[in-house]
Amino acid sequence: MSTNAKAQGLFDPKIIRAAALDALRKLDPRKLAKNPVIFVTEAVSLVVTGFFIRDLITHESSPLFSGQIAFWLWFTVLFANFAEAVAEGRGKAQADALRKTRSDTRAKRYVDSKNLSEVIQPVNAQDLRVGDVVLVEAGDIIPGDGEIIEGVASVNESAITGESAPVIREAGGDRSAVTGGTTVLSDHIKVRITAAQGSTFIDRMIALVEGAERQKTPNELALSILLSGLTLIFLIVCVTLWPIAAYSGTVLSVTVLIALLVCLIPTTIGGLLSAIGVAGMDRLIRFNVIATSGRAVEAAGDVDTLLLDKTGTITFGNRMADEFIPVAGVTERALAEAALIASLADETPEGRSIVALAKSRYEIAAPSLPPEATVVEFTAQTRISGLDMPGRVLRKGAVDAILAQSATTGTAAPMRNSGGAGVLVRQATIGDLAPADFRQAVDRISRSGGTPLAVSDSGRLLGVIHLKDIVKPDIRPRFAELRAMGIKTVMVTGDNPITAAAIASEAGVDDFLAQATPEDKLAYIRREQQGGRLIAMCGDGTNDAPALAQADVGVAMQTGTQAAREAGNMVDLDSDPTKLIEIVGIGKQLLMTRGSLTTFSIANDVAKYFAIIPALFVTTYPELGALNIMGLSSDKSAILSAVIFNALIIIALIPLALKGVAYRPVGAASLLRRNLLIYGLGGVIVPFIGIKIIDVLISALHLA
Amino acid sequence: MTFVGWLQIAIVLALVLATAIPLSGYIAGIYAGKDNFLSPVLRPVERGFYWLAGVDETREQSSFLYAIALIAFSIAGFVSLYALQRFQNVLPLNPQGFDAVGADLAFNTSISFITNTNWQNYGGETTMSHLTQMLGLTVHNFLSAATGLAIAFAFVRAFARSSAATVGNFWVDVTRVSLYILLPIAIVLALVFVALGVPQTLAGSVDVTTLEGAKQTISMGPMASQEAIKQLGTNGGGFFNANSAHPFENPNAWTNILQIWALLLIPVASVIAFGRAVGDLRQGRAILITMAILLIVGVGVIYWAESAGTLGLTALGLDPSAGNLEGKEIRFGQAMSALFTSATTGTGTGAVITMHDSLTPLGGLVPLFNILAGCIWPGGVGAGLYGFLVVAIVAVFVAGLMVGRTPEYLGKKIESREMKLAMFAVLIYPMVVLGFSGASVLLKTALDSLNNAGPHGLSEIIYAYASTNANNGSAFAGLNGATPWFNTTLGLAMLFGRFAYAIPVLALAGGLAAKKKAPASAGTFPTTGPLFVGLLLGVIVILYLLQYFPALALGPVVEHFLMLSGKAF
Repeated sequence: MSTNAKAQGLFDPKIIRAAALDALRKLDPRKLAKNPVIFVTEAVSLVVTGFFIRDLITHESSPLFSGQIAFWLWFTVLFANFAEAVAEGRGKAQADALRKTRSDTRAKRYVDSKNLSEVIQPVNAQDLRVGDVVLVEAGDIIPGDGEIIEGVASVNESAITGESAPVIREAGGDRSAVTGGTTVLSDHIKVRITAAQGSTFIDRMIALVEGAERQKTPNELALSILLSGLTLIFLIVCVTLWPIAAYSGTVLSVTVLIALLVCLIPTTIGGLLSAIGVAGMDRLIRFNVIATSGRAVEAAGDVDTLLLDKTGTITFGNRMADEFIPVAGVTERALAEAALIASLADETPEGRSIVALAKSRYEIAAPSLPPEATVVEFTAQTRISGLDMPGRVLRKGAVDAILAQSATTGTAAPMRNSGGAGVLVRQATIGDLAPADFRQAVDRISRSGGTPLAVSDSGRLLGVIHLKDIVKPDIRPRFAELRAMGIKTVMVTGDNPITAAAIASEAGVDDFLAQATPEDKLAYIRREQQGGRLIAMCGDGTNDAPALAQADVGVAMQTGTQAAREAGNMVDLDSDPTKLIEIVGIGKQLLMTRGSLTTFSIANDVAKYFAIIPALFVTTYPELGALNIMGLSSDKSAILSAVIFNALIIIALIPLALKGVAYRPVGAASLLRRNLLIYGLGGVIVPFIGIKIIDVLISALHLA
Repeated sequence: MTFVGWLQIAIVLALVLATAIPLSGYIAGIYAGKDNFLSPVLRPVERGFYWLAGVDETREQSSFLYAIALIAFSIAGFVSLYALQRFQNVLPLNPQGFDAVGADLAFNTSISFITNTNWQNYGGETTMSHLTQMLGLTVHNFLSAATGLAIAFAFVRAFARSSAATVGNFWVDVTRVSLYILLPIAIVLALVFVALGVPQTLAGSVDVTTLEGAKQTISMGPMASQEAIKQLGTNGGGFFNANSAHPFENPNAWTNILQIWALLLIPVASVIAFGRAVGDLRQGRAILITMAILLIVGVGVIYWAESAGTLGLTALGLDPSAGNLEGKEIRFGQAMSALFTSATTGTGTGAVITMHDSLTPLGGLVPLFNILAGCIWPGGVGAGLYGFLVVAIVAVFVAGLMVGRTPEYLGKKIESREMKLAMFAVLIYPMVVLGFSGASVLLKTALDSLNNAGPHGLSEIIYAYASTNANNGSAFAGLNGATPWFNTTLGLAMLFGRFAYAIPVLALAGGLAAKKKAPASAGTFPTTGPLFVGLLLGVIVILYLLQYFPALALGPVVEHFLMLSGKAF
């Protein structure tokens, strides 16, 4: 889905055709009533059409003029409808792809969901109920959302994630949730259905991308109130203008008053408002994140604090070798070489990172594993691994374990009888047996939150490898960006406070939560919210669910448990916790687009007044011609130009509404300065130019 | 325009600022319920009032109860003032033996004074007894101003507090504002006025023989006391019909400066106090600078337009260098007249030293625009602050989204409920002003009240409704308002302008107070710097221009162009 969605251009001809039809369908006043500005426009278009018909019959006034006004008023409505239809059309294309996965799946249901014996009854997936248990075997499509209660299987989830690499799903733990419509590739699992047909994940996704369940978000509602208020104000202005004009000696026709009204009411933003909202959702979906409501997208823009899991978001997730520190008398290269050979058979990420570092930093060619070598596997008891080769015993492992081993077998350090057991002895051992430079290196590594790994060659201590959590190289500037935007970043980790502090300062986060339990997270969120802040976090485990629910923006990973996915208000199909940062950006962009176009729309009115007012009264007061600063050719042409500009600007702004205004991660003050300049000042100036151009065309074509 | 003229203007404004800053600290103390240096004397009096009225001063009210108290208090004020006028002929202190005031005029006047408008469809010296003037009008000069500041207090608390259920106690606020702020300053100011030559007596009138030998009756009365609160409380209801242009009300240049100072003092101080109350002086400063720019640009336009004079006057053989002096007090000159005119309409005062009807079209456009915008730079006592904050909320909402967050002002999210109430308040103005103006120009009875035809007549009607609706009370004159149609509709305009605005404001206060206050960050919409000032200016100019462009174009604007081509009205 995501791949073909991404291929979709802004103006796919198929979507445009469908949207054009939809725009006509949306003329239904019952549908338009949701949008007061456009509803008013439609109502007055009808009135002007009436006058046009009258003019055709009676020739009371020029039917060419009222006809053209009526024509462009209808187009104002149609363009607004079209904007919404295009935005929705892009969602519909995605929904259709999803719907295919849902059609007529068969399910193997256990007759008795308590007793999972072999009595299986084939049923239609549509007939499954919550609590039913089904068997899904290799090649089967999973018939509904559920929880694996038995078994493990690899599942192809490309139907929803667009990612064709299979994922492992197994009973128990954080990877037990399966989604209806996905396919089991190997093994078989028993699944308890947890979502009723019609409310499954795919159903909800379809509803969301289609915009069928779209309700106005809180901010959209507030904005609609502003727009309705302005519409009312301009209704008052236009209605009262009639008597005031009559007093001044001009009898205004209803047609021109309506033209003035439509030019003044905020049709531009009124027409684009819902398209902006749909497009915002759509942008998120393209980004493979599903929001359960528009409210969540808005909240993302408002987020003050980001709770980020350390592992996977801030660091690569595995400890990696960063440095080789030899003891006196050993070269770095010798240490690196020994470490490399000791790790040849080590397939853990740590082991591979040692090999990679030794290769890249010292350009040591990795020898192949000698056939006569014996691999010593790491065990929790020995805490040592290595390689036994003829004449060479290479070991790496926990510092105390290596030292203890060196002490019994070794040759390097002076021997000492280490009777007894326990911490005291171990410390004494390190303290006494190891050279001072080695001790210092180990101390430094521990203090910085890293893990020291000692290396010995045939009992001789060579040095220590510094294993550390590697902070992603690009993460620090991103946190700086977030800080500039006024967003606080908090790193959440299970590490001890020392390690956490070290990584926090390296990554440049503002705060950290060390040795964090799910309860700590929840408490932290509550505390921040108490202070009036909005929090975003992501999580995947069942124990994350309360915090996900409490957070203002809770992004659940698609790979997570059903509980987590239910608790969050967004689901990330790629299960990439780093995306939280982009989600905030998308939320902000949505709000900015809305604000910028509102400002633009209102600022436009200034020019329209300068076009229309002198035109209306020029017969009574030729002196008012002084206000015709655009030098429009005639009064009719002036009014018509303003109306045409008002209609065309909607079409012109559709791409901007769908793409969103340019967004930069900078502070509010510079965003405001920039947008005020472009959309505020630009909004005042652009229509002066646009109306003038249209006027020149109209008079050239002798349309007025 | 002269350098000396601008210097005078600058000195008066500097004087206002220099005194408003210390006063703002004092007002912020009153707002917070703190004691001050007057407490040893006034605190027992204050307690006495609470005891008499059975008010528990420690008990705060929700915004709903606050509004109920406001309405009850205003109804009581209306009824008592109405009765006082209707029965003044049988009540004492009526040395000139005036009749009872007529029903529609008494209705209009009562509303006028309880709403801090002080629109006067009567000549004070020939209509109202001393008792009505003192017990009725002067008392309401205090109380209506105190009410305005009380509403502003409640509104400011809504921003200052977080998750609060209450916005203060109306009775306590009104009592404290009257006792600690208005009365002490008014008493001192009244004495200064007396010292500078403003009469203060209970005598009715004196008959004198003029130099030419004619007999003249000169009205007298307790003027200094009324002048003080008239300006200080941004009331504007003069003792005389000529208002502050009358040599008794405003005898010399010093009293004139004091009058301008007094009408700007509390509005300016309360804006600074707002900054103190929300814990960020810059918030008040940004608003004050915006107000100052709007006010001073207005002064400049009037000063320029009036000094430039008109072709018509020059054609009559008048010295063009004097500018347009029609309707101005030669004692005060162009500069001070311009400042007074802009300040009296920028606040809700409405006192005049210049007949606004006689201003040039562009000069007259300034007071007209000021009152059409609701008199909010810096506005009436209290009313200016809450009026301006509502506009700020709208501005923040429109532009706030552009920083990528749902809009918030002073840490409070502006959502549907806030927009509903703010738009309701904003809608009242065009509805009343344009609605009643539109109706009036269709009515022959209304048009008969007009002195002038054409665009000037239109300006007169629009001005009357705008002035009453904004609770300003100044008149463009030239319009006889004392007819049943105007008495009634102007009365309604005043009622709507005050209560249909203040009640949504209080509802807004209740909702905002209950919200959590979000801490500011780099991502927060900045409401302190020059950018915000520019934004406010832009939104205010565009918002009001869009509402009144057609009306203004057919009024003063076309009149200006007609004047240039030699036509006058």
